[in-house]
Amino acid sequence: MAKQHSHPTVGLYVLIVLTLMVLTCATWAIAFINLGIFNPVVALTIAVIKAVLVILFFMHVRYSSQLTKVTVAAGFFWLMILITLSLSDYLSRTLQIGP
Amino acid sequence: MPISQTTSEGQSTTTEHHPALVHQFDDMEQQKEASTFGMWVFLLTEIMMFGGLFAAYLIYRLKYYDAFVAGSTSINVSWGFANTLVLIGSSFTMAMGVWSAQKGSRKLQMWFIAATMFLGAVFLGIKAIEYYDKYDECHIPGHVIGKGFNAWGGCEAGNPKLGNIAEEIQERARRAKETDPSVEVPPDAAAIQIAQQTEIFFSFYFAMTGLHALHMVIGLGLMTWLLMRASRGEFGPEYFTPVELGGLYWHFVDIVWIFLFPLLYLISRHSGAH
Repeated sequence: MAKQHSHPTVGLYVLIVLTLMVLTCATWAIAFINLGIFNPVVALTIAVIKAVLVILFFMHVRYSSQLTKVTVAAGFFWLMILITLSLSDYLSRTLQIGP
Repeated sequence: MPISQTTSEGQSTTTEHHPALVHQFDDMEQQKEASTFGMWVFLLTEIMMFGGLFAAYLIYRLKYYDAFVAGSTSINVSWGFANTLVLIGSSFTMAMGVWSAQKGSRKLQMWFIAATMFLGAVFLGIKAIEYYDKYDECHIPGHVIGKGFNAWGGCEAGNPKLGNIAEEIQERARRAKETDPSVEVPPDAAAIQIAQQTEIFFSFYFAMTGLHALHMVIGLGLMTWLLMRASRGEFGPEYFTPVELGGLYWHFVDIVWIFLFPLLYLISRHSGAH
């Protein structure tokens, strides 16, 4: 229980912020290279990694109670439902006009 | 308010509890847990609000793909990149603010909260430069604010190149044709039609960055409030929940930008990258 409420050290915060900066530079540089279909895939994967780092360490979710962890996970699960189900519909449906 | 405690000898003693503890909670830890839970539930509603915009953006990007490529390529990626670094820096100073509040250093937490506010202001300043560019290039959607949307050469008399996305589309196709002869340069009418459709891209651009900027302004208000409370020495190792929750809000706004940056600036810079 006591371990749950401990917070990261300054060194860890510095490591996280440097990682975030490196990832930002990487995603910026990669955007200028034509990877075809993989441009958005790489950019969004890097964004997800950055967001997870911020959530786990800066927002202390890694050090939080189970209740907080479940709440955060539920939020992102619902966001995935919103985006994947909406997009799967629009990606797979062909609009038919006229008879 | 005093509370009763029973010692190991079975005698009842009275101890002072922390002044920030409100009566419905047993102890500071339970109070902090409830506050954190409440803050996260609020942040989930925020995720849903921005999530709806993200989903709508992706759907319209599928529908008007060429226009989204043209619009996305016309905005300045360097400013977006700089702003991402600024906001990540502010998240770091915010995390350090929470850390120093927990360590009980009044001076350090004030410095870190002030640094967070400074970086937040830098972000909004860069955003203002970008918005001014959009105004200058007639890329503000509609005809109510600014000079009226025009991305096909009619923005400024005597300067047909200003904000002319139709010409940019043809120019890019001509350059691509040099290496790949199969590329077709769209005729004027087609290029102008795509340029007209970029209005939907800029509508999303302003709706998403505008809502995000509004959150930044609210965040700056929160930081001012935290700075005042910190200056009165209200936070320490026993009680720093407001700094922690203000930090959660600030980091959330950072995360929204972490996704806005690739979606608006990066993923559409190469046509063919559907």
